[in-house]
Amino acid sequence: MKSRHKRIAIIVAGIALLAIAATLLLQSFQSNLVFFFSPTEVAEGKSPQQGNFRIGGLVEAGSIKRNGTEVHFTVTDTIKTMDVVYTGILPDLFKEGKGVVAQGKQGPNGVFIADQVLAKHDENYMPPEAADALEKAQQYKATAGEVK
Amino acid sequence: MMPDIGHYALILALVVAVLQGVLPLAGLPKNNEKLFAFATPMARVQSLLVILSFIILDYAFYANDFTVYYVATTSNSNLPLMFRLAAIWGGHEGSMLFWVSILAVWTLAVTFFAKELPLRFRSSLLAVMGLISVGFILFILFTSNPFERIFPAPFDGRDLNPLLQDPGMVFHPPLLYMGYVGFSVAFAFAIAALLDGRLDVTWARWTRPWTTAAWVFLTLGIALGSRWAYYELGWGGWWFWDAVENASFMPWLIGTALIHSLAVTEKRNAFKAWTVLLSICAFSLSLLGTFLVRSGVLTSVHAFATDPSRGLFILLFLVIVIGGALTLFALRAPSVGLGEKFDLVSRESLLLTNNVVLFTATGAVLLGTLYPLLIDAMNMGKISVGPPYFDTVFVAIMVPGIFLMGIGPIANWKKASVPDMASKLKWALGISVISALIVPSIMGRLSPMIFVGLLMAFWVMSSVFTSMKLRLDAIPSGTLTQKLKTFGRAYNGMLLAHFGLAIFIVGVTMVKGYEREHDITMQNGETKVINGYNFKFEGILPIRGPNYIAKQGQFYVSKEGKQVALLTPEKRLYPVQGAVMTEASISINPVRDIYISLGEELEEGGWSIRVYFKPFVQWIWLGCVLMGLGGILTMTDKRYRIKKVLNEQSITA
Repeated sequence: MKSRHKRIAIIVAGIALLAIAATLLLQSFQSNLVFFFSPTEVAEGKSPQQGNFRIGGLVEAGSIKRNGTEVHFTVTDTIKTMDVVYTGILPDLFKEGKGVVAQGKQGPNGVFIADQVLAKHDENYMPPEAADALEKAQQYKATAGEVK
Repeated sequence: MMPDIGHYALILALVVAVLQGVLPLAGLPKNNEKLFAFATPMARVQSLLVILSFIILDYAFYANDFTVYYVATTSNSNLPLMFRLAAIWGGHEGSMLFWVSILAVWTLAVTFFAKELPLRFRSSLLAVMGLISVGFILFILFTSNPFERIFPAPFDGRDLNPLLQDPGMVFHPPLLYMGYVGFSVAFAFAIAALLDGRLDVTWARWTRPWTTAAWVFLTLGIALGSRWAYYELGWGGWWFWDAVENASFMPWLIGTALIHSLAVTEKRNAFKAWTVLLSICAFSLSLLGTFLVRSGVLTSVHAFATDPSRGLFILLFLVIVIGGALTLFALRAPSVGLGEKFDLVSRESLLLTNNVVLFTATGAVLLGTLYPLLIDAMNMGKISVGPPYFDTVFVAIMVPGIFLMGIGPIANWKKASVPDMASKLKWALGISVISALIVPSIMGRLSPMIFVGLLMAFWVMSSVFTSMKLRLDAIPSGTLTQKLKTFGRAYNGMLLAHFGLAIFIVGVTMVKGYEREHDITMQNGETKVINGYNFKFEGILPIRGPNYIAKQGQFYVSKEGKQVALLTPEKRLYPVQGAVMTEASISINPVRDIYISLGEELEEGGWSIRVYFKPFVQWIWLGCVLMGLGGILTMTDKRYRIKKVLNEQSITA
């Protein structure tokens, strides 16, 4: 009888431990999910005011301005644009007119403060998120056209 | 002409593989030895045909045969020979052929080195490997034929992605694939055992060296890949929790659980069903990893929509292999039995905890890797899972596991006593706590994470030495060398691998805790002091490589008047693909790396430059190499070379 109680206690403790672990795991998972928004969605106020998120699209031609290691540029999905500031060294394939994805926070006066800029190492490759943003913009324009 | 021969060889290999897979299995019910006898010769012929077709394709790379579409897309006549030959695994089609070729190598190894196995068992083993080969060759022939021709042939090839033009490309994929595909042997062992209903100590003894071999390859392959990323990607990271990396890390985690669980099955005839399940999981994750990395699903899940045949085939293949294996497991596992009993406090339960820890860690990585793909596939938006998730969760799961890892080798099988182990390990614990406080005081900063990391590392190290000392003391007489000789290689290998993990943890903790990153701008001739080092920028030299042109920065690094290094980071332009590549330059020594890469040339003159100081970063890969060496030592233990081991008294693990 006693050993049976002991076994039950161990099993209960084990399950409790697993439950706690699973809760912590899922919590950490949820708080580290980074969502993606196109500049249009950001302009519509869909993006979070606090916390990290990603934006993407094309680097607008003529928008890159350097000031030492601080870089300003504009990301566009062909409908809306968004100003981005990033401090540091940009990836090799970061170019005007090319696809880009930036991760960071919404700063004051609408500037996006990026702590990470992604542009993959392949001339023809478009980051999937950036491609998605442009596609959405296309659809948006198409439906907007129909309404008129 | 030649490529066609390669294509035919592959078709022929498919036919032979079908025979290799079907005939021995057909012989199972009636124990038909005539049918069993087909297995070995068929396996050898099939393997040689596959390897022949691989060689022919690689010859096309050697000869710059751009009539082959795959060669034209992944190679170029200006590409150095070494990279041309390695370019064969630079794309999807070639990597698939490479995969089956590695399977062929393992199959040949089984036919030559597993002679002690009974005919019936060996035949079903080879049959399972044959069936895996059938699946892959079908996939290659119907959806990803690397021998496809293009007319008219282009004048020159589109070149290999410049990122891949590195010696890492020559060695990393073969090692990694040897690891991935090596788990197919463990898988085949498990399936053959289920078919046979034979799952005992002997089975575990046969399986162990093969599983360890695969694990060693995978360990070294991942480590090499990490080091390659470190110096090639130009941004000083060594692990990014990227889906591609996770795809190789998950089989490694399960493989690590498997080699520990196999130890219990061999020593104690326990964990039998669990070991089989782990073998199935390890190979399933290898398959999943291969397809994740090689199918283009990571770039976009919608790539499948544009080429549904490939995606459908992959899903079908995964379902058949995993589903079939699990069904067989469900049917047969009850007859396998659970094995010997053991106490709550015993080496068995410590190893069981190890398995639970590794399994949970795999689950956490799997969740973080597949969830974004799932959400995307259901058109619910684009998300990414940040590295902080993996960092926190992985560390939280692994810390208790590593604590128990220090105890495991000291615990007795079947029944151990807590007070006894505590008294054996009290010195180890004391020394680790003190060392974990001393090191940060030398480095000048202490944080909880640094303390925990160093504590774990020193704990594992001191417990390794404690276990050695206890064993030495247990031998009544003899000199130290005589005593050491009585230790089996398996035991020494285990200790070495554990020690390697400790070294690895030191590296990770020191880099995470004390690395420094500086983004600066420098003018020609300027000198700047960073982190106590003088950096003198002596300007940019133009450089011409075999298939690229580069700007090479000249940085003289000195400390207290002494020259430390001349660092020459490059900015390369590969004209064929129009790609720009940052080539970092690193000064390496055992306690720190100085890492420098070029940013952009600034309009007002000068360059933006990134400098990293990475303390103890080389220990990360040194630790992995030690783990690999430990595995090799274990494999060569003499008990795996003897046909029948009667001596059961050895207590090695």
